[in-house]
Amino acid sequence: MIVHSILRVVAKLLIPYILLFALYVQFHGDYGPGGGFQAGVIFAAGVILYALVFGLAAARRVAPPVAVETLIALGVLIYAGTGVVAMLRGGNFLEYGALDHHHPQHGQHLGILIVELGVGITVAAVMIAIFFAFAGRERTQ
Amino acid sequence: MTQAIDILLLALLACTAISVVRMRSLWAAVMLTGIYSFLGAGWMLILDAPDVAFTEASVGAGIATVLMLGTLALTSTEMKRPVASPLFPLLIVSITGVALAYGTLDMPHFGDPNAPIHRHVAPEYLDDSVPTIHGGELKVGIPNVVTTVLASYRGYDTLGETVVIFTAGLGVLLLLQGPRSDRAKEDAP
Repeated sequence: MIVHSILRVVAKLLIPYILLFALYVQFHGDYGPGGGFQAGVIFAAGVILYALVFGLAAARRVAPPVAVETLIALGVLIYAGTGVVAMLRGGNFLEYGALDHHHPQHGQHLGILIVELGVGITVAAVMIAIFFAFAGRERTQ
Repeated sequence: MTQAIDILLLALLACTAISVVRMRSLWAAVMLTGIYSFLGAGWMLILDAPDVAFTEASVGAGIATVLMLGTLALTSTEMKRPVASPLFPLLIVSITGVALAYGTLDMPHFGDPNAPIHRHVAPEYLDDSVPTIHGGELKVGIPNVVTTVLASYRGYDTLGETVVIFTAGLGVLLLLQGPRSDRAKEDAP
């Protein structure tokens, strides 16, 4: 296997910042551009860059396929679960104001933060899983 | 000055699109579609839609390019010569394009405050999200109105979108990975 030193060093430098930027976009989506979808894709891009430079096997150790497949479902569950919690607290499905009866505005903030997290988790996991599925196949000829 | 940037960006978009169509090498075509997405993201930024620009840059230029390259690694990298004449498809595409351009003639001007879309529910969303001249109580109070609309007012839509992504991921995994018993056999040796 050829060792691309420059690629490896640059990737090692970049990946932490890509992941950090993804988290920033995720949790700063209330105040600036971005949100769960973009953050998930950026996070997945960090993992995919790792897979491209260090190989698929190494990336599968970092993000085990079983964990990725579980996270795909977990994100949707978090989103829908927020709606159900709002119902249990006396509101309508996905009515975040019901999450905090004293300050409906706080409830809105909390609800939006949580559902965006759900979106981010599902998007990141799906992108990583699709990349693994493509990259894991042999050329058929 | 801004008009010069508009014209330059649109010209680059058109050039890239034409190059993609004329390119025989699929590797080059995929890289050019990535460039097209980046230019598209720049165009969205000019139209004051940073959220869309963000998505276009990360999905269109990033993930889609990687997935297309991954697909090319599994299939062929050269485009086959088309057997049929491209004239008929070109005619259809031209008619559709002209019809779409004709359709935009009836649309309100960009940024027109009296456009129907700005007079329906948009003022309410803005009033609920950010302190505006209309005053009133902030129901949500999140400065990024796009997030407010996506996650709160259209929470059902976004839940649906998340389920769509979930289903897409599930479909790709089922198609490409096969049943789990096969994978266990592959991993074993």
